[in-house]
Amino acid sequence: MIRYTLMRLALLAAGLVVASVIIFFTLRVLPGDVAQLIGGTNSTPEQIAAIRERLDLDAPLAAQYLDWVGGVLRGDLGASLLTGTPVAAELAQKAQITLPLGALSLTIALLFAGPLGVISALRRARLGGTVIGVGAQTLAAVPVVWAGMMLVVVFAVWWGVLPAQGFPRDGWSDPGAALRSLVLPALTIGIVEGAMLLRFVRSATLQAMGQDYVRTAASQGLTRTRALIRHGLPNVGLSVVTVLGLQVAGIIVGAVVIEQLFSLPGIGRMLVRDVSARDLPMVQGELLALTAFVLLVGFVVDLVHRLIDPRQRESAA
Amino acid sequence: MSGSRAAWWRRLLSDPAGVTGVVIVLALLAVAALATFWTPYDPQTADVAGRWAGPGAAHLLGTDATGRDILSILMAGSRTTVAVAIGAGVIATTVGLSLAALGALTHRWVRESVAVLIDMLVAFPVLLIAMMISAVWGGSLAVVVWSVGIGFGVNIARVSRPELRRVLHSDFVVAARASGLSGWQNLTRHLLPNVAPVFIVQLSWSMAVAVLAEAGLSYLGFGAPVTDPSWGVLLSQLQQYLTVYPLSVLWPGLAITATVLGFNLLGDGLRDATDPTLRTRGGSARRARTHLPEVVA
Repeated sequence: MIRYTLMRLALLAAGLVVASVIIFFTLRVLPGDVAQLIGGTNSTPEQIAAIRERLDLDAPLAAQYLDWVGGVLRGDLGASLLTGTPVAAELAQKAQITLPLGALSLTIALLFAGPLGVISALRRARLGGTVIGVGAQTLAAVPVVWAGMMLVVVFAVWWGVLPAQGFPRDGWSDPGAALRSLVLPALTIGIVEGAMLLRFVRSATLQAMGQDYVRTAASQGLTRTRALIRHGLPNVGLSVVTVLGLQVAGIIVGAVVIEQLFSLPGIGRMLVRDVSARDLPMVQGELLALTAFVLLVGFVVDLVHRLIDPRQRESAA
Repeated sequence: MSGSRAAWWRRLLSDPAGVTGVVIVLALLAVAALATFWTPYDPQTADVAGRWAGPGAAHLLGTDATGRDILSILMAGSRTTVAVAIGAGVIATTVGLSLAALGALTHRWVRESVAVLIDMLVAFPVLLIAMMISAVWGGSLAVVVWSVGIGFGVNIARVSRPELRRVLHSDFVVAARASGLSGWQNLTRHLLPNVAPVFIVQLSWSMAVAVLAEAGLSYLGFGAPVTDPSWGVLLSQLQQYLTVYPLSVLWPGLAITATVLGFNLLGDGLRDATDPTLRTRGGSARRARTHLPEVVA
């Protein structure tokens, strides 16, 4: 286990390095002058010079990169070109919306995909199972933005039970109001993300149902459903854990779009704003933070999987 | 090869999901072709007097805030969708097969490092790649095409690389090499045809991703220009009137969903039809395998 952890840790570190290199150099490979581009066509030579100075553009690229990475390692992700706000501070503040939104979305996805996925596998030959299967296949094709719009129409416009947009100005000081404004966005991401998870749970369950150990347990007097629940579901759970990393990446992407639709001041909206404004230091910090988060989740998921799957433990010993 | 190709066509067309996929994709192509020379109205012409007409005989799906015919915009927008899907497919193919070949056919240390690199790159979500490129070059359809192409190309590489390795060590390829076939002849005659099934399936799924990405990025303002007919742009324009005219938003969303569903089903059907291991076993084994598509937009 220790050997595996160290190896996986090295892979995580390598992943972070590759990510930082790709992000940094993509944002630097500009056609023309970065400073000119950021400043716009109306900027004076002095303004351009100031931007060059701020971004340290006259240093060699490799030195700029090392400088940036050095800062990142000290917790300094850089500062906005437009407002001077430190990226790390703003990220931490916006995470107060995006993290709960993501957690809530994931919870909804799991709650809805788990049971329905198993049921649709158990009843695959009946009408119910087919309806769930076709429904999940269709929902998985729905664009997240549009799913959000439809939920707004139903819950905010027709029934008026939930806010259509926005987040309380004073943040979490009124937890009830803050939570209410996260319900629809989380439901949107949770349903679309859950539809994909459902298809995965369904196929994992079908696979488990075909396994010898389930058949043996059934032949020893358990009903097939009980045999599946007792012996098959732990295996289904294991395979669900392996795709959680992918799910988290999907939720982050969903949050970028959904925060825009629901005017939630989270990390996704911040990224959209900064990409539009070409605030490169901000974009650079945000992309690195998001990628690092995805890689970190993948790392934790792999370790947890290793810990809870006895087969993997034995092969490691 | 031609005999087995006819057989997998038959298998594809005997599977309800596969047929649905084929029909939807063909319908999309037909609509896009038709829209190049005919739409009921000009999709760009505003008619303020006729704004927000409900669905009816004159305007099948109604009109928008400036009186443009929604059906015409959707038809013209299908051309954007098809162009993005094809463009992304071509780039994904190039990136995917090159990476797969680098990761399978080169020197040991090159191919091992390419394999690790592929595993890392897979973690990058397509939308983040697109935002990264947009921050530099500004948003455009080209950015959508490139980011989906690169993002999904890595996926194709991840799936095709082990397949290439497997075929490379199979007896018939070893025999072909021993009988003096050159590396290139081997690649085109034996390796690529054998990887093709896996690859075509991925390609179909990558087009579904491309359609979602175009819609999502155009919605965020990083895709098609607002003046172009595009489903994503239409979605964002209609969003402003969501509370007043909720029905109008239905149409672009349905168009996107149907198209994505079509490419996904086509991919599923192709996978089931081309995978020889699924042929003899029953339906449950076939349905027990599913791909987990990436949420892009």
